[in-house]
Amino acid sequence: MEPIITAIRLVPLEHYVFLSLALFCIGVTGVLFRRNTIIILMCLELMFNSVNLLLAAFSSYHSDPSGQVFVFFIMLVAAAEVTVGLALLIMLKRNVDSVDVNQLNRLRW
Amino acid sequence: MEYLFYLFALISLASAVVVVSARSPVNSVIALIVCFLSIAGHYILLNAQFLAMVHVIVYTGAIMVLFLFVIMLLNLNKATEPRKTLATRIAAVISGGMLLLTLLAAVRQGIPVEPLNAEFNGGVGLVGSVGRSLFNDFLVPFEVSSVLFLSAMVGAIMLARKEGPSSLPKPYLGNELEAAAPPTVDHSLDKRNA
Amino acid sequence: MALSWLVPALPLAGAIINGALRRRLSGNVAGGIGTVLVLAAFALSALLFQAHDPAQTPVAVHTLFDWITVGAMKVSFAFQLDALSITMMLIVTGVGALIHLYSIGYMHEDKRVASFFAMLNLFTFAMLLLVMGANYLITFIGWEGVGLCSYFLIGFWYTNPDYNYAARKAFVMNRIGDVGVVLALCLLFSLFGTLDYVEIMDRADSLSPGNVLIVGATLLLFVGAMGKSAQIPLFTWLPDAMAGPTPVSALIHAATMVTAGIFLVVRSSVLFELAPLTKDVILYIGTATALLAASIGLFQNDIKKVLAYSTVSQLGYMFAALGLGAYSAGMFHVTTHAFFKALLFLGAGSVIHALNGEQDIRKMGGLKNVTKTTYLTFLIGTLAIAGIPPLSGFMSKDMILATAFQENIAVYVLLLFGALFTAFYMSRLLFLTFFGTYRGTAHPHESPLVITLPLMVLAVLSVVGGLLNLPHVFGGHEALKHYLATAADGIASESLHLAPAMEWLLMGLSTVLVLVTIWFAYDRFVKNTTLEGDTADMPAFKRLIAQKWRIDELYAALFEKPYGWLSNVLHAVGEGRITVPLMNGVGNTALRAGKLMRRVQTGNASSYLLAMVAGTIILLLITLYGA
Repeated sequence: MEPIITAIRLVPLEHYVFLSLALFCIGVTGVLFRRNTIIILMCLELMFNSVNLLLAAFSSYHSDPSGQVFVFFIMLVAAAEVTVGLALLIMLKRNVDSVDVNQLNRLRW
Repeated sequence: MEYLFYLFALISLASAVVVVSARSPVNSVIALIVCFLSIAGHYILLNAQFLAMVHVIVYTGAIMVLFLFVIMLLNLNKATEPRKTLATRIAAVISGGMLLLTLLAAVRQGIPVEPLNAEFNGGVGLVGSVGRSLFNDFLVPFEVSSVLFLSAMVGAIMLARKEGPSSLPKPYLGNELEAAAPPTVDHSLDKRNA
Repeated sequence: MALSWLVPALPLAGAIINGALRRRLSGNVAGGIGTVLVLAAFALSALLFQAHDPAQTPVAVHTLFDWITVGAMKVSFAFQLDALSITMMLIVTGVGALIHLYSIGYMHEDKRVASFFAMLNLFTFAMLLLVMGANYLITFIGWEGVGLCSYFLIGFWYTNPDYNYAARKAFVMNRIGDVGVVLALCLLFSLFGTLDYVEIMDRADSLSPGNVLIVGATLLLFVGAMGKSAQIPLFTWLPDAMAGPTPVSALIHAATMVTAGIFLVVRSSVLFELAPLTKDVILYIGTATALLAASIGLFQNDIKKVLAYSTVSQLGYMFAALGLGAYSAGMFHVTTHAFFKALLFLGAGSVIHALNGEQDIRKMGGLKNVTKTTYLTFLIGTLAIAGIPPLSGFMSKDMILATAFQENIAVYVLLLFGALFTAFYMSRLLFLTFFGTYRGTAHPHESPLVITLPLMVLAVLSVVGGLLNLPHVFGGHEALKHYLATAADGIASESLHLAPAMEWLLMGLSTVLVLVTIWFAYDRFVKNTTLEGDTADMPAFKRLIAQKWRIDELYAALFEKPYGWLSNVLHAVGEGRITVPLMNGVGNTALRAGKLMRRVQTGNASSYLLAMVAGTIILLLITLYGA
């Protein structure tokens, strides 16, 4: 593992930042782009993952385990959130008979 | 060996784009799984072994399976997929791009942060190291997260329960009408894309 | 004495009590309160008169409190007791008390008696402020106050829109005069740096005659006097003011308020002595008014209107006297005029009361056997105003005529003519009302004692009032003139130096001419009972005079019409096209903006998400690049 690790350190940390940013923004675009609620939830997961990646990279480069512990917790929370989110989605489907997020517009003027 | 990073990065980005743009939800799910696996590869490159394993098991193994189950339950396919207008989609892409540019600019202005540990320790991603940190410094959040899971489970079950006669609100002061006639859904404002 | 502040305070208390309890008090109680308080003020004024020693302390100023202290301007709320103010105080409270007593009987059946007495008391208070003020500003407060009370009282029976019009007319014309007074005060303050009478009298000696600012200030003061004392061109309100109850006409428009203008001029006599141009203006306007009003009075048929024009005419006499520099003669005529004019008005009121509201003299007649007391007192009043010796009116008017003869023969001739007119129309009034046979339909009866008692008192005063200022030819000492000379320097510098033979000649001439006129009127109205016909049947010049020289119509065309047109234009354009659309536009804009803003709330989750992201981007940009 040592040669991998020492080699990886040649990749500057900024590149991880850029990658993470790109993934995050693709996730944001996906949330705005799609009308299907499930896809939106999946893009949310994408955004979570970009953050996780960044945290892990920083943790590895700065030799601090608390970064990875934080990623662990983020995963926990994401799991719980996906559970509840999908349950809500099922309720949504039952009530308006569609997964289109634009159907939830009763609060308009 | 640096090229591995760029390879995995490419795979992540490509699959992310597919997630966003695929017509069928199942295709999106598959692409997301590929993305997750590539990110697991990133973790391994960073020597975050524990994280990689947990990532594969929890995310790819549990969460994406959950997604697939729900898609199957709701019977979604390419035909029933709602689409947005062209203008909205262009607006979405533009705002995403602007966000990217802004954050990049922010990063460029950023000051470099000095690492907390001066000497490099490659074994920081090992299970033992992570475990030690988790159970010594972060014990309380760890225990509290169990409560979180409990509430999430209970919530999910409550929300997704099928509505039967027993799930109607019991009559209390003032809701005789509500108990007699459960609220109906008003579809008059639905705007469907034909 | 330090109790001078009580004199105006007593009527003010009466006004407050009667005003506050106006719905609970009966007419007699309210009238009793009002009368007693004014009587007490009169008693107090008499006491102050006794205590006042003109030789030692001619002027006593009692400061109540410092009122205005702004920069260089220091005005204190102070009363000045000198001969002039004490004389006016006695007239106002004395005649006022008699008229209050009279009103108890006259206004007996009216529903709003208590408010009437409250307003009468308020008027007395304002008038006392006017005459007792130690500086121009206090006088001006009283000046405005009497104008206001006059408006209230003329329009006392406010359900009649004609009376309201008359009240407004009086107030507006008074106001026009008030503008003059305010401008005069500004000029005086800029000249002297103070508004106190004492200071101004002292400093005025240092100014040269003909100073432009003094001339301007005095002219403006006279403008105010024109409005308040009904001189040309601001006199048309006084005949219309007869719409008010008769005691109001007697008190305000005969004895007190209309003399405020003369009082102001006499108070500032020092300044007027420095402005010969203004004195000439006053003389000409006074003479013209005297003659014009007398001519109109010849053909009027309403008993009160005749007396109103007579008042305007007599005021013209007073101003003519002031214009000639005979300030004491003017004040003397003020005093005697207060007596006999109040008497005449109250007598007219008694006649109206006896005939149950009839005011047209063509429907009267033969009342001298029915209303004996009223007839006798009215006769005395008529003789006084006509100028029959030795009544008071003769004394005062003759003094004016003598001064006119000395200074300006043309004015003397015109004033003599005016006196003959006066004698003619007053005797016409007397004869048509009391002589001959009754031409009306009501049942005349004599008025009660509470009405006739003031008549009798005033009749006595009209007879003996001449003794106040008996000229030397009769062996008197001109007491009033010497008394007033201590207060106003202008009086002290008067000099009437006709030979006694000349004086006797003038007096005899005027008496003879007046007697001839009265005989002529007797022949025309008692022997033949000539009533004026319809105005359409009269020859042109006579019709013009009978229609009051059509001055009201002239004012209507000259002022009311253009003003009304301007008002309409402003309403249609200024309000209709500019201000109202502007206001509504503001509201409408808010509404439309709201409608526009509302569209943000689409209810669409995805548009909300888009907005969120856009907001985040903007915040980041601001944080990155913001100042």
